[in-house]
Amino acid sequence: MAKVLMKGNEAIGKAAIEAGCRFFFGYPITPQSELPEYLSEELPKVGGTFVQAESEVAAINMVYGAAAAGARALTSSSSPGVALKQEGIGYITNADLPAVIVNMMRGGPGLGTIQPGQADYRMCVKGGSNGDYHNIVLAPSSVQEAVDMVMEAFDLADCYRTPVIILSDGLIGQMMEPVDFHYAPKRELPPKDWALTGKGDGQKHMIVNLNMDAEDCENHNIQLQKKYVEIEQKEQQWEEYCMDDAEYAFVSYGTSARITKSAIDTLRKEGYKVGLIRPKTLYPFPKEAFKGKNIKKYMDIEMSMGQMVEDVQLACNDVNKVVFFGRCGGIILTPEEVVEFAKSVIGGDK
Amino acid sequence: MSTQRVCCAGFGGQGVLSMGKLLAYAGMLDGKEVSWCPSYGPEMRGGTANCSIVVSDEPVGSPVITADATASIVMNQPSYDKFVKIVGSGGTIIINSSLVEKKVERDDVKAYYVPANEMAKELGNPKLANIILLGALLEVDNTVTEESVLNAFTKVFGENKAKFIPINKEALAKGAEYVRNQK
Amino acid sequence: MSVIFQKSKGLTDVKLHYCPGCAHGIVHKLLAECLEEMGELGNSIIAVPVGCAVMANKYFNFDAIQSAHGRAPATATGIKRVHPDKMVMTYQGDGDLASIGTCEIVHAAARGEKITTIFINNGIYGMTGGQMAPTTLPGMRATTAQHGRDVHIQGYPLRVSEMLATLDGPAYIERVSVTTPGQVAQAKKAIMKALKVQKEGLGFGFVEVVSSCPTNWGLTPVKAMEFIREKMIPYYPLGVFKDITREGN
Repeated sequence: MAKVLMKGNEAIGKAAIEAGCRFFFGYPITPQSELPEYLSEELPKVGGTFVQAESEVAAINMVYGAAAAGARALTSSSSPGVALKQEGIGYITNADLPAVIVNMMRGGPGLGTIQPGQADYRMCVKGGSNGDYHNIVLAPSSVQEAVDMVMEAFDLADCYRTPVIILSDGLIGQMMEPVDFHYAPKRELPPKDWALTGKGDGQKHMIVNLNMDAEDCENHNIQLQKKYVEIEQKEQQWEEYCMDDAEYAFVSYGTSARITKSAIDTLRKEGYKVGLIRPKTLYPFPKEAFKGKNIKKYMDIEMSMGQMVEDVQLACNDVNKVVFFGRCGGIILTPEEVVEFAKSVIGGDK
Repeated sequence: MSTQRVCCAGFGGQGVLSMGKLLAYAGMLDGKEVSWCPSYGPEMRGGTANCSIVVSDEPVGSPVITADATASIVMNQPSYDKFVKIVGSGGTIIINSSLVEKKVERDDVKAYYVPANEMAKELGNPKLANIILLGALLEVDNTVTEESVLNAFTKVFGENKAKFIPINKEALAKGAEYVRNQK
Repeated sequence: MSVIFQKSKGLTDVKLHYCPGCAHGIVHKLLAECLEEMGELGNSIIAVPVGCAVMANKYFNFDAIQSAHGRAPATATGIKRVHPDKMVMTYQGDGDLASIGTCEIVHAAARGEKITTIFINNGIYGMTGGQMAPTTLPGMRATTAQHGRDVHIQGYPLRVSEMLATLDGPAYIERVSVTTPGQVAQAKKAIMKALKVQKEGLGFGFVEVVSSCPTNWGLTPVKAMEFIREKMIPYYPLGVFKDITREGN
């Protein structure tokens, strides 16, 4: 299929349809509203259902119902809206249900700004709902990768019966890039024999969220942790850019990472041996990428005040090796300031 | 390796964003890596609008242009200062002289002045000002081919707008012709 | 031997945890009987609330999901949109439906979601231990209104059936009670009707049951029934508030 030039938000919508998603529940918020707008038009054409919910809270609980009923369901929002969805995300997680949640981040906290940001790392990667849990978190760095990741997200969700969050930002949502759509499932997906479909003549199905007995609840948590161990073993994804001879490495994801790549191109021309480890999965964090590397400093670059730093420190197992530079509040990093920061770290050590 | 980094700026309604889309789509049809990145927010309703377009042989890093643009198209006075400054040394600035009175004082860039609004009126459609300016850019900058821009037309505006391709082709030619003499 | 009464196949054999004199058991039975009589037990999915009925999924002998507090109408919307041919119900108390879930119930009703909601109004938070509900009567005591609900401080109760009846989406809305055999029979008719409007695709069906909480009211089961008749029903009058199947409606 020939490539088309599409806005990130719309491309994500198309990717969801290509991946077999037929149910979207959402609420308008800048900078992701093109996604529900697109799906309101396109889902009915393929026999799907678009519901504009009364709130983000309702939207995620509609996803909970649709997922329980066995469907591939999607909701999307941006930072303050995703904060509202945390209740439902916890319920879906606890009920072992698959769902995909898109977060086109903007600067926070609170109402913050409508401009792009990456300040929801902690909320989405560490868990913004109550309880011991993780969600798989994918961080696309281009519109094409957003498309590919949305498709994979539905498979990951079905495979592990867990919510998967696409953690992107307003820039990827608003910008246009060439994309094509190839849905090629890589995983064997288990049958949804637990779904609520009416019991017919068989046994009834229950999707439960309450364990009155503490031991039952602990056992359920132990099962969840087993799932996370498997996810951490099997699903770490990252990209390395110019890492072969790198002595200093940037660590950056999503929009920040592509800006950092521009900075690396400049620095390399000037003889600096810099590279990039770009986590594509934020949970599981790609710790494997840091193994066996001989790096003098890791330079964490984010559009936040450093929410990923602790994960980088743990991954390289050296608190002192990690330095940070970021902008926040909706300011998009420039390659020039990343270059300047790197030079201040590296000094004359070319 | 070549990378063109173009900013388009003006009022909302002047076709700033769609001019940029044409450029990006045409670059894609020419087999390049491209990105189109708009300013977004409340200002897009009647206020100033701008977009960054990158057309490159390499994958696009930062899609946002904050410095060292290879070209700017400036369609109104409020966009002037920022989008003249953003162009790197040796770059190109296309100015809609119908609405911008200032003259570029930098001597390290090449500026072209095109009275696009008047020219569009002469063509019978004031909405063609952006296409005239795009034609001017293509003449001096070779970012993408005119043929690709015309091929991109229905991709950006929809198949039902194909009937406007001839008049847009004329507008591109007018813009190109106007700056050919200034080169 | 002739069988003169048989428990509905819509109920499991799990022992109910409800207090003596609580009306949940009666309403569970009525809903189960109605679905059984309609032949829909194999075709039904219910979203149960947070509150005393949180474990109703164990009691009903059909598919069930435990919802987040107040969100059952949203969750049921998701289910119904996936399975438009199934019977989808929510079963909610007054804290769940009329306080934290007011937004969800109003909009599910306004959208005319083809679901059926059973609303248990006993004017108190039961499971959390007797706190003031949005439906607690003026002057009625609660653990968070220990001198009785003072409307100048805590405001007025919500009449949900009347509110929802102003909307265009609902097809059937009735308020019933279950303090007498006659009322129980009427309640069953109302539930049947609210299920049938769903089955026929007419819109949202809603039955409010003015119910009891002897434990948190501090009354015996018999006194609790009297309290419903003497205090609750005058504030929450029984009757049909909307019926689009009736002529002239």
